[in-house]
Amino acid sequence: MTRASRLFGHLGWIALALLGAGSLAVLALHRGESVNAVWLIASTIATLAISYRFYSRFLADRVLQLDATRATPALRRNDGLDYVPTDRWVAFGHHFAAIAGAGPLVGPVLAAQMGYLPGTLWILIGVVLAGAVQDMLVLFFSVRRDGRSLGEMIRSEMGNAAGVIAMIGILMIVIILLAVLALVVVKALAQSPWGTFTVAMTIPIAVLMGLTLRYLRPGRILEVSALGLVLLFAAIWAGGVVAADPHWAALFTLDAKTLAWLLIAYGFIAAVLPVWLLLAPRDYLSTFLKIGTVLLLAVAVFIALPDLHMPALTRFVDGSGPVFSGSLFPFLFITIACGSVSGFHALVASGTTPKLLADEQQVRLIGYGGMLMEGFVAITALVAACALDPGLYFAMNSPAALIGTDAVHAASTISSWGFLITPEQITGAAQQIGETSLLSRTGGAPTLAVGMAQILHGLIPGQGMLAFWYHYAILFEALFILTTVDAGTRVARFLIQDLAGMAYAPLQRTDSWAANLFATGIAVTGWGYFLIQGVSDPLGGINSLWPLFGIANQMLAAIALTFCCAVLVKMKRERYLWVALLPTLWLLVCTLTAGWQKLFHTDPHIGFLAAAKKFGDAAARGEILAPAKNIADMQRIVGNNQVDAVLCVLFIAVMLAVVVLGLHTILRARREQQACACETPYVGVAGLEH
Amino acid sequence: MTALVSRVSGLCRKIAQTARLACGVPDYDNYLRHMREQHPQTPPMTHEQFFANRLQARYRPGSSRCC
Repeated sequence: MTRASRLFGHLGWIALALLGAGSLAVLALHRGESVNAVWLIASTIATLAISYRFYSRFLADRVLQLDATRATPALRRNDGLDYVPTDRWVAFGHHFAAIAGAGPLVGPVLAAQMGYLPGTLWILIGVVLAGAVQDMLVLFFSVRRDGRSLGEMIRSEMGNAAGVIAMIGILMIVIILLAVLALVVVKALAQSPWGTFTVAMTIPIAVLMGLTLRYLRPGRILEVSALGLVLLFAAIWAGGVVAADPHWAALFTLDAKTLAWLLIAYGFIAAVLPVWLLLAPRDYLSTFLKIGTVLLLAVAVFIALPDLHMPALTRFVDGSGPVFSGSLFPFLFITIACGSVSGFHALVASGTTPKLLADEQQVRLIGYGGMLMEGFVAITALVAACALDPGLYFAMNSPAALIGTDAVHAASTISSWGFLITPEQITGAAQQIGETSLLSRTGGAPTLAVGMAQILHGLIPGQGMLAFWYHYAILFEALFILTTVDAGTRVARFLIQDLAGMAYAPLQRTDSWAANLFATGIAVTGWGYFLIQGVSDPLGGINSLWPLFGIANQMLAAIALTFCCAVLVKMKRERYLWVALLPTLWLLVCTLTAGWQKLFHTDPHIGFLAAAKKFGDAAARGEILAPAKNIADMQRIVGNNQVDAVLCVLFIAVMLAVVVLGLHTILRARREQQACACETPYVGVAGLEH
Repeated sequence: MTALVSRVSGLCRKIAQTARLACGVPDYDNYLRHMREQHPQTPPMTHEQFFANRLQARYRPGSSRCC
């Protein structure tokens, strides 16, 4: 490169840095009616581009010392099936499709209750310094170990005990994740005949696709998926017809409890059916719909550049928020997990992706770059939520216990919080999207759907299109979550069989129907319990369960990052330990504080034990507190809160145990003279060519 | 002109490959080439067998995706 062009390049990066800093300043200092999303998008693009160009390069060249001459597992073990050297952009697309999902969309929507600024800053800082680092490091370590999974790597680098503890941790996370995601679907579909009908139709559509793929057009995934997508759009249209017909609408108008039980029964049946019949075809549909929706949202936000009506900071940073309880620190940092840093990605980055890389250096693009893209998606979700009228946002996201069940009462309560809205606005918004009510549609999905529908409707206006886009977005979320419920129940089943097999060997056999039904039953009972609890929770479920899920997810990230710290020390790269240590410590501080507060906070909205005591004491006095209708309900709420508290203690215990074992590994490795990480031996790329 | 056409068709092929891979099915032609070059004695799986094999692999124990 000539000197002039290098200088020009430097000037370009400096200009981008100034643009980013300027945009952030506008966002942070702006006080007034509304601010345009262009500032948010500009600062995001600048931050992500600069961090990719400089920080990921530092990680690649100095910390990990990526070696293009070293043969990757895909080259060494190429079998055309699992290990396949793949074009880097194809591998990037695959990896992004595996990490993107409902998480990065829902978390930022919930976090919007504190204003747009805290969420934006945590997504940008978190993704650059924590999330993308974790994904890149775990991907690299797995590539250096034949593409082995996080659990296996923890076992070989940190010992058997750490491996088993991590496995128990993963199982608990999967259970609580499934419960919370199922709750999101229940909240979105309750009392919504249009949504319920459309989502129900995905089952016959998927089965039809499965049968076609098996018997008529074997292996023609794209063709059959295209057919499925056409049928899905027809189902959205038909949902509108169903909702307009009094007889059919009544049939598909279900309350939350009924939906929860239907979902539990469905989860069990779907998880024991052969994969080709239901899971696989629905998985294809939801993958394509997911990528399509994420791109659609990003492009739409980019073109529409709506004004953000939510203030930079709201009064709810103090912890009294209706969406989730708890103050900005630590609860914001566990509410937005996917999008900033997500432990689940460590499982993906040590799954299929490491077996696809043709060159070790692609770890930078796919690991770090893939996560940056997820951060961008999270920002667009935040924009969609903050572009809504704040009054409507709180009407949709506050539990009925706080705002009541009629528009007049809700509007006056929310207006008293300082977010002015009239009852007519609330009912008008519901009518426009073809629903009877939007009150207390908690869980994030409906809010995102309304935000997305408004943005898309602004770009492509048309009679009735707002309702169509709303139900499209609901369908996308629900379809995706149903796939996760099904696939996740299977994951939990295999984990349970693995763990139970340690006590009684025959339970480990994955081909045994008895073992299958037993383990699936336990898995479904596990998440089903928390789902039912969420449906009958005084604060509507999401309010208390989402933080528990956030703690679990960030705990997994802390475990993965602890593993990264241990391996860096074992590789004798202590000089660069801080790249993994800083995010590890931050996550430990956040999750442990959040865990502690969920246990012992004196506010019954936050602390599980305080809530148990409040309802227990009232029951002892013979009082009935809403939403309990009798003493038995009261006892159940006490019991639920105690179970949540126990789960919280278990999460903390798992995390601390892994940290102690990690420290032990680190101290032992420091005494070694030479690098002692269990990498597969070096094989040169040149040596493979024959 | 032909260069443009071949670039566009190459891009379409890559998009289709990405879409299939996102569903857990790697490139079948690549698999055939691999078998021809490295294991000429072993008959490769048919497209149907290949698809069925990948379907089982996607949902076997240990595979995971994000929320």
